[in-house]
Amino acid sequence: MGAQFVQFSLTPILIGIFAAIACALPGNFLVLRRQALIGDAISHVVLPGIVVAFLITGTVAAIPMLLGAAGAAIVAVILIEAIKRLGRIEPGAAMGVTFTTLFAAGVLLLDQSDTSNVHLDVEHALMGNLESLIWFRAEGWHSLFDPVALAALPDELGRIFVVCLLVIALTVFFWRPLKISTFDEGFAQALGLPVGAMGFGLVVVAAIAAVAAFDAVGSIIVIAMFICPPAAARLMTNSLERQVWWSVGFATLAAILGYVFAGYGPLWFGGQNAVSAAGMIAAVSGVILGLACLYGPHRSRVGAARQQADA
Amino acid sequence: MKQAAITLAADRGRVHSPAAPPEDSPLAISGLTVSYGDKPAVFSVDATFAPEAMTAIIGPNGAGKSTLLKASLGVIPRVSGEVTVFGRPIERARERIAYVPQRASVDWDFPTTVIDVVLMGLYRRIGLVRRIGRANRDTALECLDRVGMADFAHRQIGQLSGGQQQRVFLARALAQDADLYLLDEPFAGVDAATERAIIDVLKALKAQSRAVVCVHHDLATVRAYFDHVFLINVRRIAQGTVEEAFTSENLQATYGGRLATGHIDQLSLPGQQVS
Repeated sequence: MGAQFVQFSLTPILIGIFAAIACALPGNFLVLRRQALIGDAISHVVLPGIVVAFLITGTVAAIPMLLGAAGAAIVAVILIEAIKRLGRIEPGAAMGVTFTTLFAAGVLLLDQSDTSNVHLDVEHALMGNLESLIWFRAEGWHSLFDPVALAALPDELGRIFVVCLLVIALTVFFWRPLKISTFDEGFAQALGLPVGAMGFGLVVVAAIAAVAAFDAVGSIIVIAMFICPPAAARLMTNSLERQVWWSVGFATLAAILGYVFAGYGPLWFGGQNAVSAAGMIAAVSGVILGLACLYGPHRSRVGAARQQADA
Repeated sequence: MKQAAITLAADRGRVHSPAAPPEDSPLAISGLTVSYGDKPAVFSVDATFAPEAMTAIIGPNGAGKSTLLKASLGVIPRVSGEVTVFGRPIERARERIAYVPQRASVDWDFPTTVIDVVLMGLYRRIGLVRRIGRANRDTALECLDRVGMADFAHRQIGQLSGGQQQRVFLARALAQDADLYLLDEPFAGVDAATERAIIDVLKALKAQSRAVVCVHHDLATVRAYFDHVFLINVRRIAQGTVEEAFTSENLQATYGGRLATGHIDQLSLPGQQVS
């Protein structure tokens, strides 16, 4: 756990943790609102937006990427509404069709465009490049106090850290209206809360988290982190406050374990090469959800709880 | 005569010129139209609710009872219409209204406790970030006590029976300490003890000069519970005190053939009140 760890593993793990938390926080509310699919959807729609933004600007800087993703999200929303109204198709199906189509369009665009001098290809879009985000200038733990070395930290770390802080701040500040409007939308409306704006803001925050995370860790992890930690956390407690803490814990655990397993797991089983860290983090979060389903203390749902109370 | 009155009400709404609403009316609705798709669910309804009274909104299923309430509150969008609360536009009088939605409109599996739900009623007073203090908790507990649910304060809401859920919703409305209480089917699917507890609380509110408006479906209890009725079937059919407006003619006009005339006559006989 010395210099090598700081140089090769510390920054990818931190980026993984921040990305996981930034996605898991809005994920809690998306899951409770039965909008988990939206998180999935956003992470898909981001791709064509980012590719188009790259083709126009020729860079992979944060602002054009974010604008591209936002533009793609708006196109997606319009398409979904159009399909729903013109085709008279149920919302879930309209959403599914739109997002897979847009993602596929993004893949085709990516295939056709010359992105050889930037980190932008199909594999990267799916799995990110977590392993390559190493801290080259670090020589050990003392580098944490060395301004020169700190200046050479990967850009992705700073970006996802800022986004993670932003998501935390917004969640804390808007906690009460979010909670009230998620539980009882009609009551929230009657209170005069801007319910529509809250719902839209939640999706926008999720999109920002998705774009920031996408860049470093790819879309697989984004989808997993929106849903798995909050869903597992729901099975651990009956309090929303504690559920959010659990989800942050699970997200962190998945990021750390996933990274370690990806790097060393294959060696333990006699393999030669490490596997994708993003893929492994997503897989670990799935395993955590599975364990929570089997052993979580609050698995019983309303019907079962009531039967127990009656008995 | 009756038919003429209905036509008149609808016509008046269609060429509606907003008259000044009565200052003292807790809730005044004029020219309210709501539509789901092409078909109006509520058409050009005028209603003025009485202060210090309990009013039942009655009508058959799909007549727009809940829709009237929700559209007035802005929970669902209205095509047209003005709503004033104590003489002011509803947007500027939110703090004077408490709303109890239908119990089935929320997911009771939501991870929260009974007292947490009641504390939501204090949101306008506590605000975005101020800490919930001891005084707030005491208020919430007192409201739970008024509906007989104080012992359940720390239960997970998913563990409650239907009647208990309804009482928690009422406690949340009590925490809002409003002047106008709007309740959507508060007696639907609750046990007899809960019905008794709820009506006692509502009558106590009336005694404190608050106005209570309930969407109500049980014609048998109208006389025992309410002072005023508002009959609706997409359009406004009639409104007034129970004595004036809860008549067999008006019920026939509201429910059409769906209510046997004999049944209405039985309900309308003053000697046959159900208590």
